[in-house]
Amino acid sequence: MSHHNGDTRPPMLQIANLHVAIGDVEILKGVDLAVRLGEVHAIMGPNGSGKSTLVNVLAGRPGYTVTQGEVLYEGMDLLRMLPEERARAGVFLAFQYPVELPGVRNWQFIKTAVDSIRRHKGLKELSVREFDRLLQDKVRTMEFDPELIKRAVNEGFSGGEKKRNETIQLLMLDPKLALLDETDSGLDIDALRTVASAVNTRRSSSNATILVTHYQRILNYVTPDHVHILIDGRLVMFGGPALALEVEAKGYDWLRQAAETTG
Amino acid sequence: MPQALAQHKSYQADFERLERGLRFGDAPWLQALRRQAMDSFDQLGFPTALRGNEKWKYTRVAPIAEAAFEHPFDGQPDRVQASDIQGIAPWDKGWTNLVFVDGRYSAALSTPNGAGSSMQAISLAAALATEEALVQQHLARYADFKDDAFIALNTAFLEDGALVWVPPGETLPTPLHILFITTEHQKPVVTYPRVLLVAGSNSRLILIESYISLSSNGYFTNSVVEMLAEEGAQIEHYRFARESPRAYHVGMTRAYLAKDSVLKTTSLTVGCAILRNDLMVLLDAPGASTEVRGLHLTNGVDHVDNHIDIDHAKPYTKSNQYFKGVLDGKSRAVFSGRVLIRQNAVKAQAHQKDYNIILSEGAEIDTKPALEIYCDDVMATHGATAGHVAEELLFYMRSRGLDRELARALLVRGFASEIIDGVGVDSLRSYLDRQLSQALPTHQPERSL
Repeated sequence: MSHHNGDTRPPMLQIANLHVAIGDVEILKGVDLAVRLGEVHAIMGPNGSGKSTLVNVLAGRPGYTVTQGEVLYEGMDLLRMLPEERARAGVFLAFQYPVELPGVRNWQFIKTAVDSIRRHKGLKELSVREFDRLLQDKVRTMEFDPELIKRAVNEGFSGGEKKRNETIQLLMLDPKLALLDETDSGLDIDALRTVASAVNTRRSSSNATILVTHYQRILNYVTPDHVHILIDGRLVMFGGPALALEVEAKGYDWLRQAAETTG
Repeated sequence: MPQALAQHKSYQADFERLERGLRFGDAPWLQALRRQAMDSFDQLGFPTALRGNEKWKYTRVAPIAEAAFEHPFDGQPDRVQASDIQGIAPWDKGWTNLVFVDGRYSAALSTPNGAGSSMQAISLAAALATEEALVQQHLARYADFKDDAFIALNTAFLEDGALVWVPPGETLPTPLHILFITTEHQKPVVTYPRVLLVAGSNSRLILIESYISLSSNGYFTNSVVEMLAEEGAQIEHYRFARESPRAYHVGMTRAYLAKDSVLKTTSLTVGCAILRNDLMVLLDAPGASTEVRGLHLTNGVDHVDNHIDIDHAKPYTKSNQYFKGVLDGKSRAVFSGRVLIRQNAVKAQAHQKDYNIILSEGAEIDTKPALEIYCDDVMATHGATAGHVAEELLFYMRSRGLDRELARALLVRGFASEIIDGVGVDSLRSYLDRQLSQALPTHQPERSL
């Protein structure tokens, strides 16, 4: 179900017939998707449709079994890479539920992450001053409480603060492929606008974004190039930004029925 | 146990030699005290881990009972120079430092200024000459040798140690540090560090007690620290032990807390062959409270046993225990925290937590928090966990580009540093932070191509 819109460049990410199971339960049942540089893709679907599974498998989360299919990322076999190798190659997952890291300070964690990726690229580690200047800039952009940068990662943060913290990491690591797993859920309107504006600011011809969401709310602020509907482990429909509005108006049931008749 | 018996006899012989050749402390009351303690030790013998002996259930002391330790009768405290301990021992010129080498006071290394205070921080040996009444009033009052062989042995061989007396209402302007150093000997030695602390009513002090080694051999440190906190006194106490990996260390701390007094004590233990950190706190009046924290890092074949015993004897008493452990190699750690809330101790509050991270397949923790409550109107909680570093957390960090080993090292460091971060003395905290870096698994980041 990949689509080209006349673009002849090879996709940076090519997912072909991806089947994924958790234990004996098949979650993804043959997903095909092509993402090109410069694109923002929104993947929408009801709860349990497999949206989170898709981006988590791409990031290398343990606990999933790929039973069929393949994923090529910039010509590499993504599924054979360790999570840290994927990160260093430019894949970033913003977590739906960011974990707390007791005793690991946020500042130190982000610095370590940035340095790990820079080392991989053959670049020098940033000096404390250089790093701090960049970080403070993102902290301001994200309207993030500067005190939280000194605290343990996500420890005692509100839901919104955790999502802003994910977005700060997104901006600092500046990945080629950003996977946003329901980054919009649980955000108030101000936070949503801030996160959306970060995604928009990042948008360029040298990167791409897959944005997983249940609601089209965030799509009022981020206009995707493509919208895909994922139901019961299959991408059943794709379209432009208008599709998201249609889903918002009509719910998922009509698509589910359409999936059954075509499936 | 013929060998243990033989060693037992060697303590007897040493005791007799000590009695004959006392360099100080000839006071009849002190001689009688030593004799009583030796008799207690004779009767008790070293404890066994046999059924029914809950206190020593998880720690076999047979290696201590069966080993031959020499009494360093010819100790020469002056042979250790300040440069020998630089960077090894916690140290700050601003502290009042009392240093003991192989159990004997080192005047050369100590800085007993007690600036701006009428506090007494002197060697017990000196105190027996100048403060005999005070010593006689308190010595061996809080550390009971009648039912504990290690306290009995320490008391029988009581020669030197530290006396700390803080006058009522006084706040010590600087921390007081008591450092015990064991040096290199040809044969294994035994030393008997002893501290007597009397904190007068409404006084405040910070006491740092540390044990280090200039040897990598086996030896036996048998220490006793007894404390009295009089009404409203506040004691902040740190206990640091980094002995030789082959050493045996049994540290008995006994604290008696009067009305509204507070003892905050934190131990940081780097593992060795056998280390017992044995604390008993008696909350003997309303408003008395204690906070007991600890961190232990074990590796190789270390064995560390934290045994905490809190006695809520009166109403409105509080205790809070929080221990953390990081276990690697084939090491073993024990946490047994007993809280006794007596029948009349209404409104008592007691909390116990023991959290452990196990880094290897071979390491093992026995954690046994125990509440014994004989009163209805109290608040008490306890909990213990032991586990590996959570994969979920590792994945989060790896998804940011950190490799697995680095992610693990940061998490372990973060876990352990919670206890260090609570240390209220800056120079001690940074020292302990360095110790943490040395003791925890290290990670060299991969270099770029």
